Amino acid sequence: MRTVIGSAALALAFAPALAQQSPYAEYQRMARESAPVELFELAGEEAWKKKQGPKNVSLEQCDLGQGPGVLKGAYASLPRYFKDTDRVMDLETRLLHCMMTLQGRSREEATKRVFGNADNASEMEVLSAYIAGHSHGMPMRPGTSHAKEKAAYQLGQKLFFHRAGSWDFSCASCHGEEDKRIRMSGLPVLYKPQVARPLIATWPAYRVSNSQFKTMQWRMNDCYRQMRMPEPMFGSEAMVSLVHFLTVTAQGEPYRGPAIKR
Amino acid sequence: MRRLLLLPAVVAVAACTTAPSVSEHPKPSPRELEEVTAVLKRDFRARGQATMDRVELDEVQRLCNLHADNPPAELARPIEETQLKAIPFPAGSMMGDWKNGEKIAQSGRGAMWSDKPGVQEGGSCYNCHQISPKETAFGTIGPSLAGYGKTRGNRPEIQRYVYGKIYNSKAYNACSQMPRLGHSKTLNEQQIKDLVALLLDPASPVNQ
Amino acid sequence: MAGPMKMRATLNGGFTDVRVLMTHPMATEQQTKGKPHFIQNLTVKLNGKIVIEGEISQAVSRNPVFSFRLNGGAKGDKIEVSWLDNKGDTNKTETAVA
Repeated sequence: MRTVIGSAALALAFAPALAQQSPYAEYQRMARESAPVELFELAGEEAWKKKQGPKNVSLEQCDLGQGPGVLKGAYASLPRYFKDTDRVMDLETRLLHCMMTLQGRSREEATKRVFGNADNASEMEVLSAYIAGHSHGMPMRPGTSHAKEKAAYQLGQKLFFHRAGSWDFSCASCHGEEDKRIRMSGLPVLYKPQVARPLIATWPAYRVSNSQFKTMQWRMNDCYRQMRMPEPMFGSEAMVSLVHFLTVTAQGEPYRGPAIKR
Repeated sequence: MRRLLLLPAVVAVAACTTAPSVSEHPKPSPRELEEVTAVLKRDFRARGQATMDRVELDEVQRLCNLHADNPPAELARPIEETQLKAIPFPAGSMMGDWKNGEKIAQSGRGAMWSDKPGVQEGGSCYNCHQISPKETAFGTIGPSLAGYGKTRGNRPEIQRYVYGKIYNSKAYNACSQMPRLGHSKTLNEQQIKDLVALLLDPASPVNQ
Repeated sequence: MAGPMKMRATLNGGFTDVRVLMTHPMATEQQTKGKPHFIQNLTVKLNGKIVIEGEISQAVSRNPVFSFRLNGGAKGDKIEVSWLDNKGDTNKTETAVA
């Protein structure tokens, strides 16, 4: 038997018959069915178990908040306060902490390439895919009770609305009004829980437009680039607070990532 | 497969849980505003042309932040006046080349740390506005500018208004969401003139 | 060069549903200015016997995902999927039907 096959044709052939849908919704559905997220999860598992750094150990004993090495539900309960560092940390910040403490790596070395490209995803990206995958289906419950968690939320909220930079932009310039779009892209009003929930609960994610797996810290970084601001530092209090604000706004939503996005 | 089947169930649960209370758009105190700027100075770094002076607030940004983009008129007006006075209006006609204006309107580049200064600067106009009927991928944050000159003509006063609005939108509305494209040195005099022509030239596709 | 592949094969009524992911740049003629790099041949074997031989083109996106349905099959049957690209690179993965 000899068959000539193409991914689009196959996806369609086995899709349930759908009622009339917008072409964009149809595109989103097809993208979802062909998400190569699992490849990044596989690479992440390898990175998690790889012995490296001056201490030549893996990250397997990294405590992401649920105890050393516990992955189940870890992502869904971040960002949260960590007693050992006395600060609120999101997944990527915590991973960096483990690379520095467990593996003995320097900040410079561990953050040299936090954002990868289509040819080569970064260690942080594949680790995020692997770890977030262990929270699939669990409600997002970032920490909200500790004083520093409350402070992080407050700071994140202020940053969200703070206008600055050459173009006077805040996050709300694009994500503050309903039913607006940039070019053809819809702009979610991210400080509204009902809007934030499905979006925040799907990061980190594979972006079809550039075939890359991307993390929350990258999302923040790339927004500030387009806001014509200087560059936020990876894992800084400002970035963790902003991620915390968005995650608390989305809290309660079952985690549905790592997902696929435009 | 497991994931797909799980979805309807978890969505139903989510709908029953109560949403956290989130205040819509809080107004920071002057002190809180300073604290945020201090955080930005500590947690951001200069990259390419995006230097750290960009986190310093000017009078417009300060006003809009303190009043959640809705300042009382008596505070907004003097600031609009100083912004207007600072616009270096060119003498004579402000109508440039609409064809080049269309290119500038199309480009979303410029002023980012990833852009080389002086190369490919754009106005990002289509990101927010409908302009030429030929371009269907336009944003909706700003009002539609389709047929802009058709209804308004291109008298010197109209040219002056459009030039000024692009150069410094805050001179006309202190907390407008539109960037101050001339004031921020993103676009130069000729580029703004080209955009004026895109909106006002009777030959521009905008006015067909 | 060959990055990871991942495959799942599940019995579903009288059919075996197979979903396979592969890492590949799938670079087109246009993207590479004349030096495309893409998977050309895809082979599916059931217990060592070829059941599908497919040809794919540059039109397929990076990191392709394929899913297809085979007639019959039983728990424990071995499914092997392999690809060969236009530069002669190859990779394969094997799984048992669950």
